[in-house]
Amino acid sequence: MSCLHTGKVLSEGEGDKWCIESQAVLRHNRPVKKGAIVIELENVAYSYGGGELLSEVSLKLAPGSFHFLTGPSGAGKTTLMKLCYGALLPTAGYVRLFGADVRGLDRDDIAIVRRRVGVVHQDVKFLDHLAVSDNISLPLTVSGRAEDAAGGDLDELMNWVGLTNRADALPPELSGGERQRAALARAVIMSPDVVLADEPTGNVDWEMSQRLLRLLIELNKMGKTVLIATHDLGLIRATKAHVQARVLRISNRRIQLAGADL
Amino acid sequence: MKGFLASLRGVFVGDRQADRVVPPSGFTAQLTLFAAGAMAFLAVFALALSLAAGRLADRWGEELARSATIRIVAPLDQRAAQTDAALRILETTRGVASARALSDEEQQALLAPWFGPDLALDALPVPRLIEVIETQDGLDPAGLRLRLAAEVPGAVLDDHARWRAPLVRAAARLRLLGWISIVLITAAVAAMITLAAHAALAANAQVITVLRLVGATDDYIAQAFIRRFTLRALFGAAAGMMLGVLAVVLLPDAGEAGTFLTGLGFQGWHWLVPLVVPLLSGAVAFFATGTAARRRLKELT
Repeated sequence: MSCLHTGKVLSEGEGDKWCIESQAVLRHNRPVKKGAIVIELENVAYSYGGGELLSEVSLKLAPGSFHFLTGPSGAGKTTLMKLCYGALLPTAGYVRLFGADVRGLDRDDIAIVRRRVGVVHQDVKFLDHLAVSDNISLPLTVSGRAEDAAGGDLDELMNWVGLTNRADALPPELSGGERQRAALARAVIMSPDVVLADEPTGNVDWEMSQRLLRLLIELNKMGKTVLIATHDLGLIRATKAHVQARVLRISNRRIQLAGADL
Repeated sequence: MKGFLASLRGVFVGDRQADRVVPPSGFTAQLTLFAAGAMAFLAVFALALSLAAGRLADRWGEELARSATIRIVAPLDQRAAQTDAALRILETTRGVASARALSDEEQQALLAPWFGPDLALDALPVPRLIEVIETQDGLDPAGLRLRLAAEVPGAVLDDHARWRAPLVRAAARLRLLGWISIVLITAAVAAMITLAAHAALAANAQVITVLRLVGATDDYIAQAFIRRFTLRALFGAAAGMMLGVLAVVLLPDAGEAGTFLTGLGFQGWHWLVPLVVPLLSGAVAFFATGTAARRRLKELT
């Protein structure tokens, strides 16, 4: 098993050792205690434009857990994902990120929290004037750790996602699959505790979706909490063959554990 | 305060990586530079005007305040006697440093602009003028008038107060107008930078979204814009200031006749005052961009 540590892919054994120590070495971040909940939603409701999108949603993401979030288009998957990293505030209920009530966090606190939550969107956005490698190392840059991207760590991360030969390309020059892999690399370069992926395979072919899935499973095996929003049941089935994943479904504004059909 | 100092340090020290996160804006950057330069150029002239008007007001005020004139309006045969009597009184008057009667040549020179150089003073009932220079303490015009009225009936004391006051007032008003111009120019720079910063923030909405997604704080994002606009305003204003000073140096010499025009400029240490213009422009840009950026980032929440 290989393991990712601030952009560095460690060899087998080394990786296992780091996975145990990973939380302790996160700079500026409070380690997540074993058994603690990294993200918790309690009776959360979210309304927009006079309509209620989510109601009485409760969810707990434990460290190292793997979750899928399914539901029809417009059910509120993206909204729930945004609630999970502080991009939206609940209109009722509580959202706790690493134990802290999101309503008590100011914008800078939210920014710090986001360094511990890697986010991948279907419609991934980059800084189009910067090279792919600069975009991937952007989280390090904005957190004052640009020097961590030097010394080959970034190269190893780019190799991990298979973008070594595209390091100097500009984002508009990338294919859909390359963009998603670049987004994944950007999401994990800070060695976050949680990876949230919103329809990460929505714009890519089957082969690429399997490749992305393998990367996400690999991250989970490193101890990362993974939450994937998708309506691709094939993706869910393929994942469950490798890791123990909970499947949650949003239906009628509420969240429920999906049935055995998955 | 700590955040302010860090922000200020960030402007001058910079961060090569952070500078790159906001895309270069090309044409608008040049416009900001040009506008800051043009404003600085105008500010230098407003400064020159204010300082020159100030000097003029001070000079008129001081020179005229320390002098007075006595007119001896008397028949020709009594004029010399009354002039002597007036001078005797002035010798014993407190606050008078010196007093002397103007010679015929001097009076002729004074009247030459109106009557020409060949005026025959003897043929006209021109009053004899006595120039009085006061001490620092000044004289008591009311007391002197009483004494003159008693002993020199044809003497009329003019302490210049009547026409000195509007001159000084006009110069002071001119100085005020100069300072108001500087305030307006400063406000215009602030408005221009604010508009440019708003436009830049709006144009870079996606950049801000991405930066926030990857954990950038508002201060980090704002700093990228603050540094950019502050340096543009600083360098643009420095260029404008230098051109403005050069233009003042090259102002044509209007000679003796144009005392005000030749005085329009800087004297002594006042030549250093324009150096404040780019610093002020940079400071205005620093605060204007910071305010605009933080407000915009708050709105984008």
